Amino acid sequence: MSSTAATHGHDTHGHDDHHDHHELGWWRKYVFSTDHKTIGIQYGLTGLAFLFFGFMLMLVMRWQLAHSGQPVPFIGPLLQAIFGDSVFAKDPNGNAGVLTPDGYNSFGAMHGTIMVFFGIVPIAFAAFGNFVVPLQIGAPDMTFPRINMASYWCFFISCIFMVVSFFVPGGAAKSGWTSYPPLAGIADMSHGLWWNGQTLWLLGMVFNITASLLGSVNFIATIIQLRAPGMTWMRLPFFVWAQFVTAFLLLLAFPPLEAAGLMQFMDRVAGTAFFMPTGLVLNQHVVQSWAGGGSPVLWQHLFWFLAHPEVYVLILPGIGMVAEIVANNTRKPLYGYKAMVMAILVLAFLSFIVWAHHMYMTGMGAKVAAFFQTTTIMISVPSVILLTALMLSLWGASIRFTTPMLFATAFMPMFGIGGLTGIPLAFNAVDLYLHDTYYVIAHFHYVVAPGTIFAIFAGVYYWYPKATGRMLNSFLGHVHFWGSLICINCVFAPMFVQGMHGVHRRWWDGGLTYEQLAGPLLKWNGFMSNAAFLLGLVQLVFIFNFFWSLFAGKKIGRNPWAATTVEWDAPSPPGHGNFDHAIAVYRGPYEYSVPGAPADFTPQTQPTAATQSVPLAPTLAPAH
Amino acid sequence: MQIPYETTARPDTGLYNAKLGIWLFLASEVMLFGGLFSAYVFLRMGSDPGYWPHGLLNVPVGTMNTGVLIASSVTVVLAWASLKMRKWNAYYGYMLTTIICGIVFLTVKLSYEWPQKFEHFGVFLKKESVSKPNYETYLANDKDLGGEERLEITGHLEKMEILRDNKPETVAGENEQEGLSPSKAAEVLQEPNVKLVAYELHVDQQFVDFKNAAHGDKKVDRPHFWQRPPSEESVKIEADDIASASAFFPRHSSYFSTYFLITGLHGLHVLGGVIVFIYFLLFGKKLYLRNPEHMANRVEVAGLFWHFVDLVWIFVFPIFYLL
Repeated sequence: MSSTAATHGHDTHGHDDHHDHHELGWWRKYVFSTDHKTIGIQYGLTGLAFLFFGFMLMLVMRWQLAHSGQPVPFIGPLLQAIFGDSVFAKDPNGNAGVLTPDGYNSFGAMHGTIMVFFGIVPIAFAAFGNFVVPLQIGAPDMTFPRINMASYWCFFISCIFMVVSFFVPGGAAKSGWTSYPPLAGIADMSHGLWWNGQTLWLLGMVFNITASLLGSVNFIATIIQLRAPGMTWMRLPFFVWAQFVTAFLLLLAFPPLEAAGLMQFMDRVAGTAFFMPTGLVLNQHVVQSWAGGGSPVLWQHLFWFLAHPEVYVLILPGIGMVAEIVANNTRKPLYGYKAMVMAILVLAFLSFIVWAHHMYMTGMGAKVAAFFQTTTIMISVPSVILLTALMLSLWGASIRFTTPMLFATAFMPMFGIGGLTGIPLAFNAVDLYLHDTYYVIAHFHYVVAPGTIFAIFAGVYYWYPKATGRMLNSFLGHVHFWGSLICINCVFAPMFVQGMHGVHRRWWDGGLTYEQLAGPLLKWNGFMSNAAFLLGLVQLVFIFNFFWSLFAGKKIGRNPWAATTVEWDAPSPPGHGNFDHAIAVYRGPYEYSVPGAPADFTPQTQPTAATQSVPLAPTLAPAH
Repeated sequence: MQIPYETTARPDTGLYNAKLGIWLFLASEVMLFGGLFSAYVFLRMGSDPGYWPHGLLNVPVGTMNTGVLIASSVTVVLAWASLKMRKWNAYYGYMLTTIICGIVFLTVKLSYEWPQKFEHFGVFLKKESVSKPNYETYLANDKDLGGEERLEITGHLEKMEILRDNKPETVAGENEQEGLSPSKAAEVLQEPNVKLVAYELHVDQQFVDFKNAAHGDKKVDRPHFWQRPPSEESVKIEADDIASASAFFPRHSSYFSTYFLITGLHGLHVLGGVIVFIYFLLFGKKLYLRNPEHMANRVEVAGLFWHFVDLVWIFVFPIFYLL
């Protein structure tokens, strides 16, 4: 079976397997689509919706923290009608809409779950990865388009589980996003084995994890197999590297949590005792429903074995997006591209051996703690390399402050604050004091909120023209940026102060019960909450811009940012199969301002003088 | 639009897409079962002395199932090789054999091994009650010899004595032969105003061995190769002496929790493989005629998965049946 294919990368047989040149129906084109761009947009819209929903949960919680025991203004009765009487209650005057302690726990747990697993990962990894990666490597689609579709619909099922869990008796899961047993093993058991928040949470997570696995297999296979001719590893845009490494993290870190989720599920419905210890006392009675012999610490190990790499799953795509945008808007190559690639690989490896630094409080022993302390400090080295390289890329550049660049620039100090405040937490002795305080909350929110979410906004502003053919409005973008930057700092910066004074992250009343301890710090609660409400208002500007620009945005051509990477070679928006001409790559990803070049950017697809006659395609060998 | 390298290998990676995909998938599967096996290690290391049972599974049947799975791994390779040689009939025979092996494995597991467990009953005694003569004679613990103390007596539940509204009552099975089913016993105990007084069970033969063995002869504490019916001897265990009691359900102990979860998940994988193979068997001809290489690749990829499922069993068999 010798190959006579003239176009690169196409094998001869198999053509007869596919007859998808005919027009697809509406359902196949927009809903059950196998096209990576549609799936990416589906992931993106679902993720953005969940991001907003998770933020709304937090706003209700922030109201409760600042105005403990008072009904939520305006929408309180509506909330109580929707979420039920176990989540909201009436105040002594009979006004509906006071968040109950159970409701607070539930909203807190679901805020974490939704933001991490249903907001940021679907957007930063699945949406941008799906939409951008095949375009950037010059591929017609993902390697396994149907698995890609299965991934989204698996994710969709998990979304349904999570949303439905708000409306079952007792409300949604309330054992924290970490779902620690033995609490998570007994929570809501009075409502039946199946139809309760925690069990639905576990089922939702199993589907969510399955979706991630399907997605990550696809991403890795696509990047390895479908790179266009000439797209060597060191010519990959950094964003592709980031997605590649992220996919490996998801592929290898998520399955242990799936295993753990199944075990906790069995604990709840089959009466096993994987995580339920012997002699557990509940309401002054020794619990006899389980045989015992399980270990709550086992759950923590399995959970954090996922959840620490998960932290890098949250941040690496963001760093990748920022890298693309920085190179494009500084009109310079990235500083230390190779060092960044190496750093991200080292980071990925190390992220698998730092997990127990979340568990210093479990009393696992000084030797074990010392090991994880050491690896945790080690992992700050590649992180600092990445951030430093990004910052040095700014040096001496004549920066174009476009909207994406504003967000990308702000990402660096914000992520820097988040990262540096993490270093004290890496040390066992300091962590024992700061554990579970608002200091920790501020630390990781600086990483993911003004860090990753700003990177996501940067990405949306940057690639929106590719997806829709229209620009987002720049003025509204500036309003969105400055409003977000100021408000988000007002929300999170005071948390460091509160945390260092010992304000605990799970106080339902914002610390009123512990007034003698938290006293003067409580005044910050109102300030932070007001900033959060303002932050919410500012996001409305973005939402308006997002939909309004679909119709009214400035129309653009293929390459509005004058960028070098391959995705800008495709039409905006790209059609089915992505490119209207054969793609071959001749140079590195960031050839900006090359001396002697005719323009200040040289696209990767532009042939060099030497290679014009000899394309760098891998030669097509006879198949078998 | 055509995705490149669907059936032919990409020259610089030497792989066609699906082959890379299945290896990546298997990597995640390694982590999934790795998580479960580490839970096994963690729970076993942390279990209280005497709470990790030995010798409760049927070794000959497990051995047979191991053989069946290994045989199916061989036949699936032969099926793939037949396709590579374009011998459809040979492929058909080998694939059919593979499917039959998979079905035999599942049938043995679901209709024989698991149900047999559900009828078995085990009672963990309280530490302070172990040395009572009527239990000690079956447990034959020897303090001088050291080692793990036996705390559990297993067998078939014969009947149970209860107090219903403070009136004594005996619950027995429908007939003498079968005894009382553990699930029925559990149901009765769930009723309000019912309090357990004592279980009576036909002890497993190995406990009679302990009783008859020379004192301190721990050799008898090994699984017997052939499963033996319970003995005629019966023991009555008072409610006050019981730490926990259950049929060999997942809730029985950490051991059976992990056993049922891991073998259950493994069984699902076997089922998935069998379904895919049946699809190949029934609907593969069309693709084979159009593009035989594509069909061979499919069988190769599914075969890789099948080998992995076998490999998991190669770990499951020793850690649950033998160790």
